[in-house]
Amino acid sequence: MPAHRAGTTTQLDPVEKSGTGRSPVNRRRFLGYLIAAPTLVVAAEMARETVWPESSPWASVANAAALPSPPQTPEYYEFVDSYRDACRPTNALLKVEVNKDGTVSFALPRSDNGQGIQTSFAMIIAEEIGCDPANVKVTLADARPELLFNQLTGGSSSTYSLYTPVRVAAAIAKGALLEAAAQQLGQDKRTLTVAGQTVVDTTGKAIGFGDLTTLAASPVTKAVDVVLKPREQFKVIGKPRNKDDQYAIVTGQKKFAMDLQIPDALPTMICRAPDLNGFPKKGDPSNIDEVRNMPGVEGVARIGNGWAVRARTFGQCIDAVNALQVNWNAGTLAGKSDADVVKQLRAAELPLAVPAVPGKTIEQDFVHYSRNGSALETNCAIVSFKNGKAEVWAPAKSPISGQKIAAQKLGIPQNAVDFHVIPGGGSFGRRLFNDSIQEAAEAAKAFGKPVKLMWDRANDCRQGRVKPLCTTRVRAVLTDDAVASFELRYTGVGMEVDEGLTDVLTSQLIKAPGGNLGVSETFWEISVLTPYNFGVNTRFMNEVNMGFNTGSTRNVYGPDTCTAREVMIDKIAERLKKDPMKFRTEFIKTERARRVLERVAKEADWGKSMEPGTAQGIGFHQEYKAVMACIVELDARPETVNRPIVKGKTGPRVTKLTFVVDPGLLINPNGYKAQMMGGINDGIANALTAGLHFDNGHFLEASWDNYYYTRQWNTPPEINIIVLEDSESPEPAGAGEAGVAAAMSATVNGWRRATGQEPTYTPLLHKDPLPFEPYPTIPPIPPSPTNSLEFLY
Amino acid sequence: MPDQTFKLNGKTVTVDTDDDVRLLWVIRDLLGVTGPKYGCGINVCKACTSHYNGKAFNPCSVQVKDIKPEDEITTIEGLADTVEGDGLHPMQDAWLKYDVGQCGYCQPGQIMAAVAKVRQCQAEGREVDDSAIEEIRNMCRCGTYNRIREAIKDGAQNM
Repeated sequence: MPAHRAGTTTQLDPVEKSGTGRSPVNRRRFLGYLIAAPTLVVAAEMARETVWPESSPWASVANAAALPSPPQTPEYYEFVDSYRDACRPTNALLKVEVNKDGTVSFALPRSDNGQGIQTSFAMIIAEEIGCDPANVKVTLADARPELLFNQLTGGSSSTYSLYTPVRVAAAIAKGALLEAAAQQLGQDKRTLTVAGQTVVDTTGKAIGFGDLTTLAASPVTKAVDVVLKPREQFKVIGKPRNKDDQYAIVTGQKKFAMDLQIPDALPTMICRAPDLNGFPKKGDPSNIDEVRNMPGVEGVARIGNGWAVRARTFGQCIDAVNALQVNWNAGTLAGKSDADVVKQLRAAELPLAVPAVPGKTIEQDFVHYSRNGSALETNCAIVSFKNGKAEVWAPAKSPISGQKIAAQKLGIPQNAVDFHVIPGGGSFGRRLFNDSIQEAAEAAKAFGKPVKLMWDRANDCRQGRVKPLCTTRVRAVLTDDAVASFELRYTGVGMEVDEGLTDVLTSQLIKAPGGNLGVSETFWEISVLTPYNFGVNTRFMNEVNMGFNTGSTRNVYGPDTCTAREVMIDKIAERLKKDPMKFRTEFIKTERARRVLERVAKEADWGKSMEPGTAQGIGFHQEYKAVMACIVELDARPETVNRPIVKGKTGPRVTKLTFVVDPGLLINPNGYKAQMMGGINDGIANALTAGLHFDNGHFLEASWDNYYYTRQWNTPPEINIIVLEDSESPEPAGAGEAGVAAAMSATVNGWRRATGQEPTYTPLLHKDPLPFEPYPTIPPIPPSPTNSLEFLY
Repeated sequence: MPDQTFKLNGKTVTVDTDDDVRLLWVIRDLLGVTGPKYGCGINVCKACTSHYNGKAFNPCSVQVKDIKPEDEITTIEGLADTVEGDGLHPMQDAWLKYDVGQCGYCQPGQIMAAVAKVRQCQAEGREVDDSAIEEIRNMCRCGTYNRIREAIKDGAQNM
């Protein structure tokens, strides 16, 4: 097993019989967890967690008209379950440490790109120990290959997968502290309590954690039996708490990877091809010597798909990249455009199984255009390589894979790479891939010097990974008052999956019904659900690999399939002459979901009178153990659609949005609500404005004024996010991607009702005349203007 | 290479670099002041928004030679010092109150833009309302726009 960094603080080893407030059920659960062989534990917990009692909030709703649909995999086993199972064997390697200064620390084996998981895990640990979350320091762990699958951030799984293991580790730490204090005070451990960062006895005598931590250390590793704090006693979990780095954010002190000052790691950028995945022809650029002599330039070298420039400043990198005269080979999709891609997907669409019945059948067909996967912080990494050892600093969601890739590119063993996970400036799926780490390793090797490698925005848009184009088809066959069959087909450009996630899914394949599915099919099977009683229910996908650079972008299959389903449901309700909200509450499968729908209808005043050209729209989604419903008010009147914004995309606007989510066990209301807000703004963009145009071998969009993610002039002026605090669901649901699908589908439904038009593609404004002049592809980076002082305000 | 001199967060700085290097890189790469962020380099995303003599501008799109020795450049790091007392600027306090930041990458620029927009509205006798806020072009890919709105309106009360 490769070495990883040893902590500088005292390690608390497990001791026997610790914890308070034990109950027989909980006790059995965590005793089993800690001492049994991992595979047996997985099986035992699986059985317990997948059988929901009739009284459970997931139990099916009986309905006279609805024809029950058989269970689908995600109803009992979702991606987050799969990932949690993959993590179980290594959870015992996670340690909560008590430091000599009395603080508690935990190196979280996940990546925080704004989700706020460092804050929520500090809360979880503080809750279990009984101390102040401000004194729990949660950092991001360096790559630890011994964790195997347990250091991957994706699929909104972080809290769900680590909630219990981290509580167990915290409970063990607390037990050891109490044990040590009991010995020091000569008291029975059961009479002691934690107050602040101290252990206190009944007379008020206190000993600080810092004084106890050495005494609490155990010379040998022992099995432990811990009982976790019952939910009714929670004081920290469920209370709103600011993100732990908020002060650093507002003062500019928060350090992202490109803000780090690593000795001699000079700015490095890459000159990339005009075509998607084009690459240089053999031989040097004709003017390479001239470019090497440009101001600030320290080196020019061939790597991967382009030429790397290392310079004193990034500005000088940009100038040198643009000056290079490179002969390029064609890319992977030379000469191809969106229409070619759609044609190829249509040919690959899987057939619908239930025959269409005249007069009883509704069919629907959508094209969902590609979406940009860029975060605001472009792809980046620092690599320093000296004397056969390397150090990497990067925002990475799959750092064990990143470490391996860097080692391969540098030609050194994986354990010769120290990989530091740096908080990212957004991810949305991008940082699951280690593209920039691979390039930085190549560049560090080529130059023989440390590099601070950053992608330019234009190429982050054009050559970076995208949520790929797909089609959805739905066919529903109706009876007089119900749905006899509901079939969903997704056909997409191949959604690439990082090596780390591939390993997770591969390790779990056997658990998915149907047996040995491929990686994408597995993800599909355990994430896509039709949560209504619609009789015969089928959902299949097919993907075609075409040479795009792809990856999930704030959700994988959810937003597009949800939109296809929810728009179809509005059509079915119309055909059956039912109100779309009432129809959903009648046909939804679970009581938990019905409660969310009824609440959103009430909060949004569903069915209220709306002006012509405006309408309400509903969307419902269930994923990551969360249940969400959204109602928008959408304004498609000309005065709104044509409101003037310089170089901005306007169009119809969501003027009011109401969102209700049942988050399961709620850890941090502030953070959960923030994630919903982000997802909502993604969903609105996905529905209306945010799509990519692939034309003649490359994407046209090269900046945020080409790719229309939501801006202030698009976001709803009125937004009401209600996070239910009394969920009966026992575990914390995912948050990061959860909000997108319901908001996207509600917006499309609102547009459909406001305009009376049938949507056939998303984003809905995709085929408007291109409102921008595309930046050239040569030179590859749009030069920086010089006139900002003319636009002071 | 010529010496470039200007005031950065209250201190006079001199850097030896070429005239056409954009100010963002002088500040970040040569002076190590990293609050202003790169998000596009073409004055679109506004992540580098800072103040030039108290007004919002984007250093990615200004050549360093165009900044005069007496010009005051303020980045997020220097914002708190522009108000009296030891605390933060009221807009920073408002950002904390509404727990605005998610990844935080755009927020230095958002705060600098918000302060300038409020000052502009005050100078013009306009209300800091939704339409004023919608003139702010700063991109937030996390989608924190709605909390930004609340924070700007709150921060404006104390400016």
